[in-house]
Amino acid sequence: MSQSGASPAVRARGLVKRFGSLTAVAGVDLQLARGTCLALLGPNGAGKTTTIEMLEGLTRPDAGEIEILGRSWAKDAEEIRERIGVQLQETRLQEKVTVYETLRLFRSFYARGRDPEDVLEVVELTDKRDARVETLSGGQHQRLSLACALVSDPEVLFLDEPTTGLDPQARRRVWEIVTRFKSDGGTVLLTTHYMEEAERLADDVVIVDAGRIIAEGTPAAVIGSLHAESIVELHPRDGTGRMVTDDALGSLAGVREVRREGAAFTLVVTDTQASVGALLTHLEAVGVELESLQTHSPTLEDVFVALTGKHLRDG
Amino acid sequence: MASPFPRRGELVELTRHRTLSFLRQPEAVFWVFAFPLVLAGVLGFAFQEREPAPSLVGVVGEPGAWTERLEDDPLIRITRFETLAEADRRLAGGHIDALVLSVEPAELRLDAARPEAELARLRVLVAVGNVPAGALTTRPVTETGARYVDFLFPGLLGMNLMGTGLWAIGFAVADMRQRKVLKRFLVTPMRRSSFLASFLTSRLMFLAAELTLITAFGVWVLDVPLRASLVAFAVVCTTGAVAFSAIGLLVASRTKTIEGVSGLLNLVMVPMWLGSGVFFSYERFPEAIHPLLRALPLTALNDALRAGMIDGAGLAEVLPELAVLGLWTVVPFAVALRVFRWA
Repeated sequence: MSQSGASPAVRARGLVKRFGSLTAVAGVDLQLARGTCLALLGPNGAGKTTTIEMLEGLTRPDAGEIEILGRSWAKDAEEIRERIGVQLQETRLQEKVTVYETLRLFRSFYARGRDPEDVLEVVELTDKRDARVETLSGGQHQRLSLACALVSDPEVLFLDEPTTGLDPQARRRVWEIVTRFKSDGGTVLLTTHYMEEAERLADDVVIVDAGRIIAEGTPAAVIGSLHAESIVELHPRDGTGRMVTDDALGSLAGVREVRREGAAFTLVVTDTQASVGALLTHLEAVGVELESLQTHSPTLEDVFVALTGKHLRDG
Repeated sequence: MASPFPRRGELVELTRHRTLSFLRQPEAVFWVFAFPLVLAGVLGFAFQEREPAPSLVGVVGEPGAWTERLEDDPLIRITRFETLAEADRRLAGGHIDALVLSVEPAELRLDAARPEAELARLRVLVAVGNVPAGALTTRPVTETGARYVDFLFPGLLGMNLMGTGLWAIGFAVADMRQRKVLKRFLVTPMRRSSFLASFLTSRLMFLAAELTLITAFGVWVLDVPLRASLVAFAVVCTTGAVAFSAIGLLVASRTKTIEGVSGLLNLVMVPMWLGSGVFFSYERFPEAIHPLLRALPLTALNDALRAGMIDGAGLAEVLPELAVLGLWTVVPFAVALRVFRWA
């Protein structure tokens, strides 16, 4: 893998893309060092796909600059295509050909690359080598799609929602493949609306909503920006919830923020022990009975909810 | 991590994919190879020569000396009616071609707009002796080249070259666009020219098989003539196939769905089935629109095929048709390249 110069794998400044009156991407900056993985995390419609397709050279930005491996699409499109691997969100590969034939076709597009047989082994499809694409399961199809991206031995891998629609086991197998690619020195940029995926794979996450970046950094730093020790969720028993107010809960020791969703409350707390103690005392005093009380360490999802009031899966 | 795995030509691989995708769809293979044979066989059988059908002539009134003459004529079949009203009704309904009133003087009733009626009139006149028997002899034509099947076969061949060319390319391109495979190819260094050329190369491979099979069937089973040289014949077929490939590419250059492309392909093909002289000569249309019909690619192909197969015309004699086909190659291809939508 050539490391020509110190240019980052991906650098984008001020990306803007409009579709008619809709601004899908409204000024996005990204930088991705070689050998790292960056996840664009956000709900459907946040502009993730538009952003990654601009980086892949499929969509021309209305404004902004893109450099891939120090090259620009305007001047070095051919070279960039030789050096990147791409998985698109909704490609359905041709059905009547086999797994191996598909891979060999993609291999033929590149001046250099890997032996398709080796790549089949990497994505654990060797036993499906001669199966027609139409017979593959969703997870197998997705791994073949990954193999098509890997067969050129790319330096940068672009993955658009690589595990959407897959069951948990199939999802983990995709994660293993991506992790192995990274540990071999590869650079990965992926989009996802699964926070587990971002936390598991990414060195850096960029959280996007409505075409803008609303938070970025390492997963730990982004989560740290909440300044929370844990998240407490409480469901009062039917009819007793109106005994509590947001203000009363917010003034309890160790509680930083209160949000109400339907009958439930979510508390962002800085001191779990103090706040849970105070909370239980308060609920007792005002006569609230608990349906459930849960605490968990803050996640990227909690950051997203804190920043936007929406959930990642809301679509 | 680079391997010594040799870079295979992308054109070879793309062509291979096209070919395999086609061969692994039995229904597509049927429409390209078996269907034209079935069609040619059925139509050839239906229109083979046989005895001419007799005219159906009704007779009302007393049988006389000359109604016997009608009865003796093998080309006239007599039906007798009791009443004139009933006979008129049968005539109006087209159940008989002409009606003879055996009165003094005799009267012949018929609908002059019907060709069968005119034929019946002539036969009646000959039979009753207005034209002396033997003054005009009839010689049935059964020579190869003059039968309906000889006219039909080149038309079917042309129609098949059109259908397979348009479908093979139009359908495959729309399918790949719908599956986002075109978009996926776009992020690879694949040369777009290789992609487009792969359709042409796979088409030409199938063309060779298709032509051999269908022509062999026509020549050996239906006994149609092939009087032009095989080279001239192959050149005409290939020129036609390439033109329809270009048109197929144009039709599919922007459509996003299979359904969309199917509709467009039918829109292109149906008028030519009727107007390009597949089943009947386009000379039957008003003369004013003949130049228009001759500008259609299928008309040019059919005319060139018939000239070659029936009259043994060489390439020089079908140059105008080849020029029309050339135009139908260059223009659609150039436009398709400009407007082609990959994603």
